[in-house]
Amino acid sequence: MIKANRLSPEQYQENFSDIHPPFETKDAAIVEANRCLFCYDAPCIKACPTSINVPKFIKQIVTDNVKGSAHTIFLSNIMGAGCSKVCPVEKLCEGSCVYNLMDEPPIPIAKLQRYSTEIAMKNKWQLFQRKETTGKKVAVIGAGPAGLSCAHMLSREGVDVTVFEKEKLGGGLMTYGIAAYKVTPQFCEDEVDYITSIGGISIKYEQELGRNITLQELREKFDAVFLGFGVGLARQLEIPGEEFEGVEDAISFIYNIRNKGFENVAVGDKVAVIGMGMTAIDAATQAKRLGAKEVTMLYRRTQEEMPCTQAELDIAKLDGCNVIWLTAPKEILGTEGKVTSLIAEVMELGEPDASGRRSPVPTDKQFILEVDMVIKAAGQMPYEYVVMKHQLENKNGKISVNNAATNLEGVFAGGDCVNGGKEVVDAVQAGKDGATSILEYIATNARMKS
Amino acid sequence: MADISSDFLGIKSPNPFWLASAPPTDKKINVLRAFEAGWGGVVWKTLGSQVKNVSSRYSAVNYGGQKVMGFNNIELISDRPLHINLREIEECIKLFPDRAMVISLMADNDRDSWHELIRKVEDTGAHGVELNFGCPHGMTERGMGAAVGQDPEIAKMVVEWVMEKATIPVITKLTPNVHSVVPTGKAVVQAGTNGLSLINTIQSVTGVDLDTLVPNPYVAGKSVFGGYCGPAVKPIALKFLTTIAQNEVTNKVPISGIGGVSTWKDAVEFMLLGASNVQVCTAAMKHGFRIVEDMCEGMINWMDDRGFKKLDDFIGKSVNNITHWEDLDINYHHIAHINQDKCVHCGLCYIACEDTSHQSINLEYGKPYNTYTIKEEECVGCNLCQLMCPVTDCITMEEHRVAPEYLNWKQFQEKGLPLNDH
Ligand SMILES: Cc1cc2nc3c(=O)[nH]c(=O)nc-3n(C[C@H](O)[C@H](O)[C@H](O)COP(=O)(O)OP(=O)(O)OC[C@H]3O[C@@H](n4cnc5c(N)ncnc54)[C@H](O)[C@@H]3O)c2cc1C
Ligand SMILES: Cc1cc2nc3c(=O)[nH]c(=O)nc-3n(C[C@H](O)[C@H](O)[C@H](O)COP(=O)(O)O)c2cc1C
Ligand code: SF4
Ligand code: SF4
Repeated sequence: MIKANRLSPEQYQENFSDIHPPFETKDAAIVEANRCLFCYDAPCIKACPTSINVPKFIKQIVTDNVKGSAHTIFLSNIMGAGCSKVCPVEKLCEGSCVYNLMDEPPIPIAKLQRYSTEIAMKNKWQLFQRKETTGKKVAVIGAGPAGLSCAHMLSREGVDVTVFEKEKLGGGLMTYGIAAYKVTPQFCEDEVDYITSIGGISIKYEQELGRNITLQELREKFDAVFLGFGVGLARQLEIPGEEFEGVEDAISFIYNIRNKGFENVAVGDKVAVIGMGMTAIDAATQAKRLGAKEVTMLYRRTQEEMPCTQAELDIAKLDGCNVIWLTAPKEILGTEGKVTSLIAEVMELGEPDASGRRSPVPTDKQFILEVDMVIKAAGQMPYEYVVMKHQLENKNGKISVNNAATNLEGVFAGGDCVNGGKEVVDAVQAGKDGATSILEYIATNARMKS
Repeated sequence: MADISSDFLGIKSPNPFWLASAPPTDKKINVLRAFEAGWGGVVWKTLGSQVKNVSSRYSAVNYGGQKVMGFNNIELISDRPLHINLREIEECIKLFPDRAMVISLMADNDRDSWHELIRKVEDTGAHGVELNFGCPHGMTERGMGAAVGQDPEIAKMVVEWVMEKATIPVITKLTPNVHSVVPTGKAVVQAGTNGLSLINTIQSVTGVDLDTLVPNPYVAGKSVFGGYCGPAVKPIALKFLTTIAQNEVTNKVPISGIGGVSTWKDAVEFMLLGASNVQVCTAAMKHGFRIVEDMCEGMINWMDDRGFKKLDDFIGKSVNNITHWEDLDINYHHIAHINQDKCVHCGLCYIACEDTSHQSINLEYGKPYNTYTIKEEECVGCNLCQLMCPVTDCITMEEHRVAPEYLNWKQFQEKGLPLNDH
């Protein structure tokens, strides 16, 4: 049965508390910071998509220069505080730390990053001085990581930025998508406020490109436009029975958890989650934490090919989620319009596909899984409609760019809407790249006019 | 099992680890606890004229997150009444007759004061006295402590007074606040001291508080130079010790080594460079008396491994391995080698050599891991990369002699060999 309010307030509180708690004391942070070897041309820097100077910010914790430490982080990644909570560091900085090669635990880079950035945010340190305004104006679509990072870098250089965001809050999927036990809504709001406190950035909420604003008017009114609207809807399974009550899209399921309050989100007794990406893991673990009795994750390929990291999978397994490899949903069955079970097909691995991974092919074996809820997390679909409507060059709805520039003059793009959905940290870097290209474009235009 | 019992000027102790004259040896409670923990002996906190201490008294230098790399103090000699100290000394000797009890002294600067103090101390049954010619603060202003140790003539005079009266062994403790400890060392040996001990603390400022702008330790908005000790001073202590162990006048008497001894290894190093025993203060103040257990066990195990049966088998063994620069063999050469299986690609060797040494390491770019190799023809064998590498035995220095025969600088010049071959 699908129902809400399964747990007591205390249980919700416990199930959704911070999964990676911070250092409890300064001393604890210093002990770990001291282990950092201060590598030269450090692998951790190269493994970070925003190239945060990790050894430097860690050393600054040791020397008691936390302000400098936070500045080092934010200079490369204005969402450094959020990233310290949501980045899959085991495949990024921490995964490349040289201690792994000594068979010793890597430096807890994320935890140290959280240490410095949390102090900076708490004290509202304004670490950047905005250059005098240049009178140039840029419009940014989407107040997610890509848009905010682009806006901050532009504002630093004296550009006046207007951000148009379709939701009521900023932060993008950070606010609406990422698991509740990683970041709280309050933190996301604080982070947006902290980023915009530099000045020169105005966010206009509930403004949607394609609905109440057009690209054309933006191109007329602004010197340049940056598109950072992310990806939207969950991919359809395209199997019979998808319309039954109880079949839900992971993104909206998570969106509700982040917005309605835990007790108001309904969850089944027995839940199937389709997919094995970050979103699937988040949906599965949160379904379990909302009180579902049994959660089963289905993935078409094997553990070798799974898109989530081992650490993420471990979270799901520790939460008691079951995993069935090499299975795909074939049909959803129901009575009286409600899901009752799922027919699953057993797969095997065939030839490698375009991604280089061996593609799954169905066998003649299948089985039935009794479930009352199915959550679809088999990837997200780009906002193809918006992209097509504006004649943006694209690949299956993903905007094509060259140095962040789209085919339309003065229109730039980055983040999930270009890469199809990666991590927050990739979107932040894309925002920086977009800002760099925009600054160049504005400067060239100014030179041509004079 | 090796025998680590020690005989210093006839003063016997079950091991060569004594507590230096300082707060750990300031009163009966501490000393009994130290003896129970296993310390071989103590040098009782310096007795002398009446003083008054201030608050605060200590400060420290922390390094790389490690606490107390160096420690400093502005304390004076014992601030407890003399008769209480003397009574407690007597009681401690009765309770632990097998341990060494040496009393540190600093009398006013006249013959009678010294004679009277020595008489009183000898009445307790103490085994020896140590003359504190080293305290660098508070007492110097009154012409005592380091003020005596810094002037060979005055030091000689005081030791002569002491020797007129003393019937038990006299150790003179030297101050490191001089460019060389040898002149005072020679003077006091000529005046008849039976033994030497070194070093006392080094004048220092451990740091300045960036909020109050007052240096440490803080006393009502002011500070004074304090005496520095602990692990940070060990290299300086070892150097001073070696000069005393190499001088033919001063090496005639036994030496008690002091300054940054924290482990059995430190103790062995002091003894290899000529100390007959060691004294410890800061390490005990940091960890408590229990550290003596590992000091004894570690030294015994090391001696057993090396086949040394008693302390005399290794005391002084390294003294002659410190020579003059002109006598070093210029034909000796070694070259760094990186074991690629151990390398973790941190680049520390590279950046050290590239920025600050001889550009002898090759970098082959990789994402994320670079490969580092030694340019053998460029390597001068300075050890820098090996010292910086975080992985044990990853960089080794391999011998590549320039020529088989010994060649020192003088011979090198005589032969007119070319300079600047790198
Ligand atoms: C369930 C889930 C879990 C995730 N977990 C993690 C994680 O743990 N760690 C991690 O690093 N990444 C995670 N990600 C990925 C990460 O959230 C995204 O890669 C990142 O947020 C992308 O940033 P962006 O700015 O490109 O897009 P978004 O964050 O999607 O921001 C786009 C913004 O544009 C707005 N917008 C959209 N269309 C319009 C329009 N037409 N007009 C105006 N505004 C518009 C949106 O409302 C949104 O605010 C997760 C994603 C999901 C879905
Ligand atoms: C707090 C303190 C007080 C000291 N008081 C004396 C003293 O009264 N007489 C003395 O001869 N040395 C005194 N010393 C010096 C120690 O005996 C010893 O020589 C010095 O600390 C170096 O040894 P270490 O590095 O093991 O501490 C004192 C040292 C400290 C830290
Ligand atoms: S790789 Fe590890 S040890 Fe080296 S600088 Fe980065 S965090 Fe420090
Ligand atoms: S310092 Fe040692 S571990 Fe680091 S790159 Fe050099 S050889 Fe390798």
